[in-house]
Amino acid sequence: MTDFLGLYNYWIVIFLMMTGFYIVIARENLIKTIIGLNIFQTSVFLLYITMGKVTGGTAPILKGSHSGESHGAESHGAESHGAEHGQELHAAAEGHLDSGVEAVTEIYSNPIPSVLMLTAIVVGIATTALALALVVRIREEYGTIEEDEILEMDRNS
Amino acid sequence: MIEQLPVLVIVIPLMAAPLFVLIGNRKLVLLLTQLVCWTVFGITVSLLSRMQYGPISYELGGWPSPYGIVYNVDYLSAFVMLFVSGLGAIVITYAPKSVEREVHHSKHSLFYASYLLCMTGLLGMCITGDLFNVFVFLEISSLSSYALISLGKTRRAPLAALHYLIIGTVGATFFLIGIGLLYQMTGTLNMADIASRLQAVESSRTMLVAFAFMTVGLFIKMAVFPLHTWLPNAYTYAPSVVTCFIAATATKVSVYAFIRLIYVIFTPQFAFERLPLDSALMAFSLVGIFVASAAAIYQTNIKRLLAYSSVAQIGYMLLGISMSNVGGLTAGITHMFNHALIKGGLFMVVGCFALRIGSLKLEDLRGAGKTMPLTSFAWVVGGLGLIGVPMTAGFVSKWLLLTSALSLELWPVAVLMLLSSLLAVVYIWRVVEILYFSPASHLAKTAKEAPMAMLIPTYIVIGSTIVFGCWTVYSAGIAHAAAESLLGISQMGGVQ
Repeated sequence: MTDFLGLYNYWIVIFLMMTGFYIVIARENLIKTIIGLNIFQTSVFLLYITMGKVTGGTAPILKGSHSGESHGAESHGAESHGAEHGQELHAAAEGHLDSGVEAVTEIYSNPIPSVLMLTAIVVGIATTALALALVVRIREEYGTIEEDEILEMDRNS
Repeated sequence: MIEQLPVLVIVIPLMAAPLFVLIGNRKLVLLLTQLVCWTVFGITVSLLSRMQYGPISYELGGWPSPYGIVYNVDYLSAFVMLFVSGLGAIVITYAPKSVEREVHHSKHSLFYASYLLCMTGLLGMCITGDLFNVFVFLEISSLSSYALISLGKTRRAPLAALHYLIIGTVGATFFLIGIGLLYQMTGTLNMADIASRLQAVESSRTMLVAFAFMTVGLFIKMAVFPLHTWLPNAYTYAPSVVTCFIAATATKVSVYAFIRLIYVIFTPQFAFERLPLDSALMAFSLVGIFVASAAAIYQTNIKRLLAYSSVAQIGYMLLGISMSNVGGLTAGITHMFNHALIKGGLFMVVGCFALRIGSLKLEDLRGAGKTMPLTSFAWVVGGLGLIGVPMTAGFVSKWLLLTSALSLELWPVAVLMLLSSLLAVVYIWRVVEILYFSPASHLAKTAKEAPMAMLIPTYIVIGSTIVFGCWTVYSAGIAHAAAESLLGISQMGGVQ
């Protein structure tokens, strides 16, 4: 049960992914299709960000006074980012950190998935912008954005 | 300068594209685009000529290998980049008259900029050794090709582009999900690094899911038979020049990415022995070859006919890949090259018809053999190559595929391949008959021969299909070296 609830982020990802995919397949309205495509892409952003998050971890920003130590922790985090649920990384990091409140702040989330998603968001925006521009042109040519009506017009012409 | 060549292949066209939008003068932009394309072609030639000294690995910004992005040039990537940039250069030389007629004047500089971006994306997919980078370049090439396709003259062009965009984005997102899951299991994005770490986690279910997502994503981009529905409309309604370039290169680069995925990242043992991908791939390709060739026979538009034929030809490449031995892989890679030449050439012929006749319906092309003899003859030569008649490039790859199938004792596959070539004879002959042996339509009667500026590049490409049919050192020879190094890599457990 805890496994089930503990992975709730992944359930949200799957739910969004299937919702978006269903909208893409089932909707005839071109704008709604594009919205579905956006939901589909957003679910992937969430998937990546979820896998980069380490329980209790903070943003990986170096502090001047701990430069040597925190650098070690950061590169450690960067190398073992294969951790599936975060706990593994947490356990791995524990060996590195001794004890005390101060040490806890040196658990870092893996920044790479977030960075990758910045790129993917840019790609998503470009795709949406291009798709909307195409819909505008389709609307100018056909006077409608309902796919079945457009296909009907094409068959008759 | 010499050691910077791998990155220049990407940087030059990528930087040129936004610059050309700013310049805006269409004559100047056209000239500069041609210059850039030929420069990139020159660089890829010199990269391939360096392959005899071993593969090149270029670390971007000096960041060491598993952390930074690496560009890898080996026989396979250099070979694919060579024909992508070569066809890109020759098509852009052929382009001006056709673009003049088919694309609105105000959009010319944007058109050439998108063309360069599309080429950048395709070359980037070949050269990069970083998996996320593959996704980014895939999207660069896809987005620019959606834009290029939508520039077609008819009102169906934007619709075809939008359909392609929706299906293509779903495919690319599938690929992205696969990359994410792989990253989750291995903690790295570098292809060689992933390969070396995969064995530890090979049996996990996440790996299977990642592999499935990436395979389906690439299948969409390759237009493998049941996922090909975007292709015929996109090819038919795009401007002729765009169809020439995209049909010749885009699907092949996705096939290349698929080869990398199976043979470098995942091992053939994983894909073909633990999973039954080889028999699935063989079934999909054979069904695809027959259904798409049969569909091509019934088309009334010459561009759509060739588009269906492209879907069928992808089947031959995958058939070779699915055999998973040096012979099959060599045949698959050789066919990528040969088909790029043949289909590029045939679409260039179609572009000539589009320029002079203005319609691509078969009924309007009747009798064009008399008024446009040179263009029509180019169709015949290219068509022979597509069928696979001896002394043409198509024969070389089909012969390699056939001998490889026979060495594996896949008799039914060999027989089906020969039968499928007969279907190609039917659809090529149908056009030949219309061109030469039918009473002329009123459009064809008044048509003039295509201008030399278009005929010469067309004949260079069509002529090269004959050259590479007789002389295979630089097609099948390089493909063989590439196949050997791919299988060598996978036998050593993915260590490069």
